[in-house]
Amino acid sequence: MALIVSIALLVTEHKSPRLDALRSSLSVLVDPVKYLVDAPIVALENAKESISSYSVLKEENKKLREEQFITKSKLLKFDALEKENIRLRALLENSFKLGEQVLIAELLSIRMVPYEHIVVVNKGTRFGVHPQQPVLDTNGVVGQVFRALPFSSEIMLITDLNHAIPVQVNRNGLLTIAVGSGQINRLNLPFLPNNADIRPGDLLITSGLGGIFPPGYPVGVVDNFTPESTKPFPTITATPKAMLDRNRELMIVWSKSSPMPLSVPLTQSPSAPVTKP
Amino acid sequence: MNNYYRFGRILTTMIMAMYLRIAPWPNFIEIFNPDWVLLALIYWTIAIPERVGIFHAWIFGLLTDVLTGRLFGQHALAYSLVSYACIKLHKRLRPFPLIQQELFIFLFLLLSQLLLFWVKNLQTPGQLSPTFWLPVVTGTLCWPIVYKSLRFVRLLRSSK
Repeated sequence: MALIVSIALLVTEHKSPRLDALRSSLSVLVDPVKYLVDAPIVALENAKESISSYSVLKEENKKLREEQFITKSKLLKFDALEKENIRLRALLENSFKLGEQVLIAELLSIRMVPYEHIVVVNKGTRFGVHPQQPVLDTNGVVGQVFRALPFSSEIMLITDLNHAIPVQVNRNGLLTIAVGSGQINRLNLPFLPNNADIRPGDLLITSGLGGIFPPGYPVGVVDNFTPESTKPFPTITATPKAMLDRNRELMIVWSKSSPMPLSVPLTQSPSAPVTKP
Repeated sequence: MNNYYRFGRILTTMIMAMYLRIAPWPNFIEIFNPDWVLLALIYWTIAIPERVGIFHAWIFGLLTDVLTGRLFGQHALAYSLVSYACIKLHKRLRPFPLIQQELFIFLFLLLSQLLLFWVKNLQTPGQLSPTFWLPVVTGTLCWPIVYKSLRFVRLLRSSK
């Protein structure tokens, strides 16, 4: 009896997402265990913070202040650049996605299963998280929401064997796909020809194709390119930009679903002479 | 009343087993991490098969599926099969010395891992390394610890 039911469950879930409701209600029972596992580690970190000395804190404060100063001055320029970009894109009659809302989520220190790069964070559907949302940290793309449960959600990292992310080489706009390698510090680029214009040190950014990841976020840096004369494809590997195994805070991103409208007053001026009655 | 108390005890040990299952071990230990939930289940089904049955195993299997984010029903399938075997064999298994029990535990863990392997391979073939089978061995080696500690938990009240 139990056998039949479990096999039926296996088949149904493999085929359709109909069991998500059951899973999320059961997860309410199990999620406390996840938080329980996380609790001692959080406590340890808090203790470490509270006994760190005054001078260390002061030093850190100073460093952070300097960093903030620099980033703020960079942002000043960014604002102007963003406006300029929109204007230029309007001239090109190109739509541009802009304005992303982020939610800071904290990693729970648990390991679900070995051999898979799936992490759990403490924000779930109660905060509006939904599957396939991109997840970033301060350095680059981390992964995407794989499954959202009420009190936690599972995030598949870009290095997971089953994960692929559409990327583009920042230097020349070459489009390709970065596939996870199963190692936490490596991505593979298996779909480029031997004569592709790519070299170690190239920055890979999200291309925005595929519609899940917003364009323009750094993904990784190419670190190895060896052409294989006997095979059709070379071996190209990249190192992820994001600190996949070190960060505790992650950003879950809502990218605006509809592209930003072309700014009306701008398009009017060049097109005004054209429209003759 | 006593029944409820007893079941609370079983539930606590199962929760602890789940805790151990997803605790963040360093990478090189993680691949050895045995299936604690199944070990605890095997103990309870051998010790009190009239209280813990296939249904409980199935429920805990489902919870483990949710906990570890697996395809629904694979742990449920494996656990209920293993618990069926345990309940059938419990009279024979109980008087065995620990070493001889370990032989059977090894087979049970292997059966469960085999089923999980089968489901995983249906989903995404050819991704698992041979180290996937290591938890079976470490689980077998951990059996005396599980046995002794759960036996201690089980007899805690009755001795009073």
